[in-house]
Amino acid sequence: MNKKRDLVIIGGGPAGMAAALAAYEKGIHDILILERDSELGGILNQCIHTGFGLHTFKEELTGPEYAGRYIDMINEKGIPSLLRTMVTDIKSGDPCVVTAMNKDMGLFQIEAQAVVLAMGCRERSRGAMNIPGYRPAGIYSAGTAQRYVNIEGRMPGKEVVILGSGDIGLIMARRMTLQGAKVKLVAEIMPYSGGLRRNIVQCLDDYHIPLKLSHTVTCIHGKDRVEGVTVSKVDEALNPIPGSEEYVSCDTILLSCGLIPENELTLEAGARMDDVTQGPVVNEHLETTQRGIFACGNVLHVHDLVDNVSKEAAKAGEFAAEYIHNKYSSWGEAVRPPIPEKTKCTLPEDRDMESQLICIGCPMGCLITAKKKEDGSLDITGNTCPKGEAYARSEMTAPVRMVTSFVYLQGGKDKVVPVKTAGEIPKEKIAACMEEVRNTIVKAPVKTGDILIANVADTGIDVIATGNADKGV
Amino acid sequence: MYDVIIIGAGVSGCAIARELSAYELRIAVLEKELDICEGTSKANSGIVHAGYDAKPGTLKAKLNVEGSRKMKALSQELDFPYRQSGSLVLCFDEAEIPKLVELKERGEKNGVPDLRILDREELISIEPSVGEKAVAALYAPTGAIVCPFGLTIALAENAAENGVEFHRGINVCDIQHAKQGYLVKTDQGEFETGVLINAAGVHADEIHNMISGYKMKIVPRRGEYLLYDKRVGGLVSHTLFQLPTALGKGILVTPTVHGNLLTGPTALDIENKEGVETSGEGIRQVQEKAALSVPNIPGKQVITSFAGLRAHIVEIQGRSDVEDFLIEEAEDAPGFIDVAGIESPGLSSAPAIGEYVAGLVMKILKPERKEQFISTRKGIPNMALASDEERHKLIQEDPKYANVICRCEMVTEGEIINAIRRPVGAVTTDGIKRRTRAGMGRCQAGFCNPRVVEILAGELSVDESEIRKSGVGSWYLTKSDGEEKGELHE
Repeated sequence: MNKKRDLVIIGGGPAGMAAALAAYEKGIHDILILERDSELGGILNQCIHTGFGLHTFKEELTGPEYAGRYIDMINEKGIPSLLRTMVTDIKSGDPCVVTAMNKDMGLFQIEAQAVVLAMGCRERSRGAMNIPGYRPAGIYSAGTAQRYVNIEGRMPGKEVVILGSGDIGLIMARRMTLQGAKVKLVAEIMPYSGGLRRNIVQCLDDYHIPLKLSHTVTCIHGKDRVEGVTVSKVDEALNPIPGSEEYVSCDTILLSCGLIPENELTLEAGARMDDVTQGPVVNEHLETTQRGIFACGNVLHVHDLVDNVSKEAAKAGEFAAEYIHNKYSSWGEAVRPPIPEKTKCTLPEDRDMESQLICIGCPMGCLITAKKKEDGSLDITGNTCPKGEAYARSEMTAPVRMVTSFVYLQGGKDKVVPVKTAGEIPKEKIAACMEEVRNTIVKAPVKTGDILIANVADTGIDVIATGNADKGV
Repeated sequence: MYDVIIIGAGVSGCAIARELSAYELRIAVLEKELDICEGTSKANSGIVHAGYDAKPGTLKAKLNVEGSRKMKALSQELDFPYRQSGSLVLCFDEAEIPKLVELKERGEKNGVPDLRILDREELISIEPSVGEKAVAALYAPTGAIVCPFGLTIALAENAAENGVEFHRGINVCDIQHAKQGYLVKTDQGEFETGVLINAAGVHADEIHNMISGYKMKIVPRRGEYLLYDKRVGGLVSHTLFQLPTALGKGILVTPTVHGNLLTGPTALDIENKEGVETSGEGIRQVQEKAALSVPNIPGKQVITSFAGLRAHIVEIQGRSDVEDFLIEEAEDAPGFIDVAGIESPGLSSAPAIGEYVAGLVMKILKPERKEQFISTRKGIPNMALASDEERHKLIQEDPKYANVICRCEMVTEGEIINAIRRPVGAVTTDGIKRRTRAGMGRCQAGFCNPRVVEILAGELSVDESEIRKSGVGSWYLTKSDGEEKGELHE
């Protein structure tokens, strides 16, 4: 393999792929992507729910579909990547030197004119939150549980309490429920949810999972395996209120308490860090304080939408290309990337569940009021787009939902393949649909879009694959 | 028929096993947990105390100083992490300096070398991060830090290499006198032995009381700790103790051999011998008291909290509050040796405890020394610490050393498989963690847990739902839908 490259990209998730493609468009064709997992796509591969791509592709895609589109573009351009490859060190300079290793090539070094950091982020752990109690099995970060369920096809527990109402936590509340677990409650220490309003509706309300705002887990019980938690109400200073303790039995705790940029390599490369973003300090060209090393995506700061990651990463790719072409020398001044305001999602407390709806059509989550008029027609207000009106109309008459899940794979390289209903199905058919999905085993290979279950639960809608699954060796 | 059976595979049991494995003896170690190093030995300060704490003339004083003296050579022989970082006892009140002097004199009586009293200026020059209130300190250059798992596991592996049998996951239910020695009844059959050694930690009283009429009672004394990210591991370079004040014994702030920062422990007598939970109050206490030694320890950098239990003897044969190790043949049970009350400085004393107990066994059994004793042991290769040349070499021998499983601590598939396949190998994810540090880092196994579970299941040829964190009930995964139907495998 060529050990000299124009551009090396660390991380083959949405940020890394978008950066590679943008640099390619700017005339830099000698690119190499280094990815530690066994395929490109990053964390999107385990985000099998929908909600991605509204900005980038003007349609709502699942995570694997969104990743798949970028992977196809990377393949079309012939941009090479090394998978199952861990970067252990990056040194800035002219050229930069990237040290990495994998099973096939051992430990090796690559010289690069420029490097783009796109390693993403990780989740806050239990220890970081100092939750007292035992340290049994059964405490997972929401993302770890998501990987177990959606990639490995395994269930990390049966009775679940979720701490933190970030989107991953909400999404996992629904996933665990659909896979047969009982989610007892979601506790959120803040007086508002950290997730999108529409996720509260379609992940919690739909399944009657209570969300307890201003509550937190104050003790974990069970020496071997989680046996329960103590949940307490907190005051305005976020301190538990004595006397408010409530014991909830469960065998599993999922933590969804925030993400932290993953900057081990950035630090070792000597780049200056920003305490606010917890990512590296960058200039207007997304270049870190280490010459030739650029950063984008969740490694730079935690983004709310993958579409924004792709957009920012494309810029980083362009700047890196420009740098390779011109080798400009002045760094300029530090520019903090625009951090999206943290979602502070509240729902009106006295909301009339019958007539006041939260639109799930897009992340805005408009509050729509729908009232039946005397003539039986609907009076709909509060929507900000036609989609909202359509949603309210259907919600009042015959509510429908998309269902995403996986089916087991036989003879495949992977254990499962992600699927979705090709269209929305009646809400009351979700259980029947999942019953069929969970009982289905398909033979590899499978291609994105393949119909895996026709006319699921007699809805007239097919269940289709949202990812590819190759045959195993 | 065994010559010696040791109950308990903590650091004491393993040190005794290793020491005795140099002799022509048939030895077995019985451990109730699924792995060794699961009790007090896994949750402590990881300190090799210099030896000024214990009352002169006690067994604690003697074995601590001896153990401390032996530890460095042992760490080289058995390849476990050890660093002589030196320790400081901080004094926060001019009026209490005489107590510091007293401590120094006590240390000298115990045979601790090179003790010195430092004034504030000298103190600051070697440990700049100490708090404003520290006016003086007792400096013990022989104080050191050690990896408690590394030590215990190395002792066990070496003992196993020399023929000691380790039986894990086995519960002793009763002990009876036999023709020549003792009959040990367990939930997995009976074992007959000449000499029986009780190194059962906080449970040593239960074992003792099975055979001796002189009743023993141990009360677990819980200590809670906070472990900090490696980013702040360099905050201090010595182990910082606090001179006991009216407020209590004080807590320590120390670097660990792996570069983290550790603070703790609290001290609370409890009833439950499995009560290793942390508490909001305990965590607060540790944070508050640590701030006296080192202000500005960033709370955000805590990666985990944990608690351990010290085995404190409150009663033996009518005597109350034994402030010493109890290492002796029970008066009414010849050949039954208690190694009980091994609270602090038990870890520091372990090498000496091994030798001391071996001495007691010698007197009873008078065995021959082995001609072919293997005195050294090589640890698991450490890719994170290896040089690039060493990494190349390891990967060439086995490409699995290039497959990183734990990104925080950079632990590879090769290291994890090595940990499973060696003598007394890992069978749980905690076992993997203690042998390789996979899951010990800042993400606390968020990333590597599914991968480690998969490797363990593969190596042990069991379904992933069979893999445990530590105890029998500590499962990670339910059986999958497809698995339950038995349809997934062609």
